Amino acid sequence: MTVHARVLVRPKAGILDPQGVAVERALPALGFEGVANVHVGRLIELDIEDPSQLQAMCEKLLANPLVEDYEILEAQEQRPDADG
Amino acid sequence: MKFGVIRFPGSCDEVDAVLACEHVPNASAQLLWHGDPDLHGVDAIVVPGGFSYGDYLRAGAIARFSPVMESVIAFARAGGLVLGICNGFQVLCEAGLLPGALLPNVGRRFICRQVQLEVVHSTMPFTADTAAGELLSIPVKHTTGRYYAPPEQLDSLEAHDQILLRYASGANPNGSSNDIAGVRNAEGNVFGLMPHPEHAVDPLTGSTDGLKIFSAMAHAHG
Repeated sequence: MTVHARVLVRPKAGILDPQGVAVERALPALGFEGVANVHVGRLIELDIEDPSQLQAMCEKLLANPLVEDYEILEAQEQRPDADG
Repeated sequence: MKFGVIRFPGSCDEVDAVLACEHVPNASAQLLWHGDPDLHGVDAIVVPGGFSYGDYLRAGAIARFSPVMESVIAFARAGGLVLGICNGFQVLCEAGLLPGALLPNVGRRFICRQVQLEVVHSTMPFTADTAAGELLSIPVKHTTGRYYAPPEQLDSLEAHDQILLRYASGANPNGSSNDIAGVRNAEGNVFGLMPHPEHAVDPLTGSTDGLKIFSAMAHAHG
């Protein structure tokens, strides 16, 4: 049985995130006002047999804990009809 | 003195690194393939620039777990000389052999230009062929070159003379903390820098200042 998990990795608070700054500056140019604190991270999706490994996986490879925070968003049983 | 230069899939500066090593009198160099854990008896390791494993996930994150790197980590822990250039610096940080991390440039752009570096400490085994305060002209070419370490770690790096090279005053191209261009580990046998000394070894390309790093390593080896 595998479960489907999502890991959200984002820049640590307080460390300059140039991508977030670029997006934040681009939005008003398109008429979207009142947007602040934009940060760009990444989403890693995976099917995993043993979800208890997720945290170690994050610490060792998926995130760099020195500069990134990670969050294991969900770990749901994969539906039998889910495609690969 | 035999240098070993790592070649990962996606490396692009390993041939220049070999040529730079071969500019040092009485030194030779050979390439070491990432999938081969055998270091073939080399006396020092150069982890070169490029885009190892496509820089997928984070620069250096996957290369750090390659078979050759497991051997390089053991070599470094035993006191062997290891130089990481650009992507090689990123790999060594990811491997935990050097403190800190490299983040996207403050200006988000790829930067490719000659920069002035100030030698902070003239010391064996990496900067002994330079003088403290000397300015070196060496190119940078990177998108992910902003050196970062937490404030308390920066204080420790300063206090323990681990910062060997800084971008000259006003010449920090990427927003690196404390203008750091190159740092060594606490033991002093592992050194990483974002600029490319291997591209500054021939008068044809404008500067031979980079050669001083490679020659210092050879002198340290004796």
